[in-house]
Amino acid sequence: MAIFPFLVSGWILLVGVFGLVVSRDLIQAIGCLSVAQSSTYVLLLAIGYRRGATAPVYADLPVGSPVVDPVVQALALTDVVVGATVTALLLALVIQLRKRHGTVDPEQLTGLRG
Amino acid sequence: MPGTEALLPLAVAVPLLGAVVLALAGRWLPRLAIDGLTTVLAAADMMCLALLWARTGDGRAVSWLGGWTPSKGESVGIVLVADRLGSGLALLVATLVLAVVAYSWRYFDEPSGEKSGTFPALLLLFEAGMCGFALTGDLFNAFVFFELMGVVAYALTGYRIEDPRPLHGALTFGIVNSLAAYCSLLGIGLLYARTGELGLAQLGRSLDNHGRDALVVCAFVLVLTGPLVKAAVAPFHFWLPDAHAVAPTPVCMLLSGVMVELGVYGTARIYWTVFAGPGGIPQPAVRTTLLALGVGTALIGAVMCWQQRNIKRLLAFSTISHIGLFLSGVALLAPEGLAGTALYVAGHAGAKAALFALTGVLLDRYGSVDEHGLHGQARDLPVLGVLFALGGLALAGLPPFGTGLGKAIAENASEHELWWFPGVFILVSAVTGGAVLRATLRVFTGAGPSPSERPGEPETTGEGEEPEIQGPSRKIPLPMLAVPGVLLLGSLLVGVLPAVGRSLADASRLFISRPGYTGAVLRFAVPSAQTPPSTGWTSSGVLLGFVSSVLAVAAALTAVRASRGRRSAQLNHRLVLPLRRLHSGLLGDYVCWLAVGIAVLLTALTAQTRW
Repeated sequence: MAIFPFLVSGWILLVGVFGLVVSRDLIQAIGCLSVAQSSTYVLLLAIGYRRGATAPVYADLPVGSPVVDPVVQALALTDVVVGATVTALLLALVIQLRKRHGTVDPEQLTGLRG
Repeated sequence: MPGTEALLPLAVAVPLLGAVVLALAGRWLPRLAIDGLTTVLAAADMMCLALLWARTGDGRAVSWLGGWTPSKGESVGIVLVADRLGSGLALLVATLVLAVVAYSWRYFDEPSGEKSGTFPALLLLFEAGMCGFALTGDLFNAFVFFELMGVVAYALTGYRIEDPRPLHGALTFGIVNSLAAYCSLLGIGLLYARTGELGLAQLGRSLDNHGRDALVVCAFVLVLTGPLVKAAVAPFHFWLPDAHAVAPTPVCMLLSGVMVELGVYGTARIYWTVFAGPGGIPQPAVRTTLLALGVGTALIGAVMCWQQRNIKRLLAFSTISHIGLFLSGVALLAPEGLAGTALYVAGHAGAKAALFALTGVLLDRYGSVDEHGLHGQARDLPVLGVLFALGGLALAGLPPFGTGLGKAIAENASEHELWWFPGVFILVSAVTGGAVLRATLRVFTGAGPSPSERPGEPETTGEGEEPEIQGPSRKIPLPMLAVPGVLLLGSLLVGVLPAVGRSLADASRLFISRPGYTGAVLRFAVPSAQTPPSTGWTSSGVLLGFVSSVLAVAAALTAVRASRGRRSAQLNHRLVLPLRRLHSGLLGDYVCWLAVGIAVLLTALTAQTRW
């Protein structure tokens, strides 16, 4: 079942993308973007997983005990930070849009086309 | 004087720290001090990168951060690598940022207050992200820098919140680009799962020891999604005109001049260092796929460019079509194509940034960037008109502009193998240059009848824009005229000075030498091979440049004089109108196109790869 986490990750990505395509609410769309992003967390952690291994903190572990890959965890942490920045900024833009122009529906933004 | 290795992190650190200082101290400093500090920091970074460019010479500068140097060809550290294309692109970024800072001395004449340091701080942060992306030798770091420049670009695009359109453009830009970046991260994860490496050089070496399979193709497509979306390659291009039409003019200069080109650079870098080996993707498959994408992008961009009446949007579509040409040049997978593209990018950056800067002057004086609304309005600004026309001619590839030289070299690079290749270059540069010249004629001379309105067609007018300078004075501020002039001069010098072409030719020879890159990073010696391509003016190059310029002028004159005939109206209705309707401005549609594009790329590459 080694492929299972990869399938889950792909499914989460697709769900997020589908949500983005059909969304009629920008807050929801940004939520969907976060859902799509969580597929990267699942994938990264699945890559580093080892059966029966523990967290890579060597302070109280006997030498040679199996640990999960710390690199992907560092990547996932960085990814969380990046995702939080992007989500915060996009939500701030939506707040301004709602405050000044009274809509959060992407279909009502028709100023740019052609 | 810092050593060469120290220059690499310094080039990223200077604007990064400068941004922090400006964001914190901006609220207490007077406007003059903020402008002065920003200029000094931008100039310092440019000096740093110029020094790096000079010192890199014909080799590569490698800097292992924190002193984690490799031992016996293995390292756990993070590396910055500069060859001449990378450091040259970073130098282009720094030059444009300096030009933008000078241009915005009188732009955003806001009352000083809590937010007064924000705009320059964001500019410097943007510079740090772009320089980092150009200089990194690590795939995950490339993702981080990619997101850094992305986030700052979204914030800058939506900077003017008084109007719904910038917010709309910034949201589309942000969501589409971030989604693409997450796809890239998935690809990076897959590569790490296969190889256990993240450095570009180590990844490439490790992939060659494994076999080629579906995972590699999948990872290739996913990793490239990010750079291709940033480069606005069709069908990933929809966000670009929406963002460029609404971003503040100084930001447009950076977005169009160099950020989009970084996407093409990222594509080329990742392909050549990671996937070009025997364990990667076969050359013919990459060549065909990228060439098809490039030519498609160039043609779609040119058609859409010709249709626009909002001048900023017109310039945005012309950027898309030029990106198509750059990608086609890179897709030849030959040093000639790469050298031509590098020259073309340098020349294009000057011309396009100058054109955006001049459009900013129009916006400032008339509160509009609409070609139809401004018809004949700017007759009293002949200097501006001449500069505008020169920009249009530079886009069309008039010798001896750098664009003309780059175009000529890239055209010749296909070596008659693809007979239609020069034709695409000539057509696209003539149409985009012609569109700019048409706008120039209408706005600055009032030539031809006033264009009739076409109700029922989807279009973005350029009227009712907020002037970006509060209380516009009758006199144009000097920097707003001097900066575009200097940028155009720079574009000219790229074509005139043979030294630029020679070093870029040498740089592209180095760029595609994969063992050389791996050897420089992991510190073992590799003999260098191949002679650099020649990059001088040839008589056929000059001739082709003149042909496209003459065609551009002819197209502009015809468009201004003639009203639309019945035949062309029919053609317009059948072919062009559906294409324009696709650019619907709706977020859902654009995300859908992104998914379709990834699926098409996966199918195309899988079909062409032999297992």
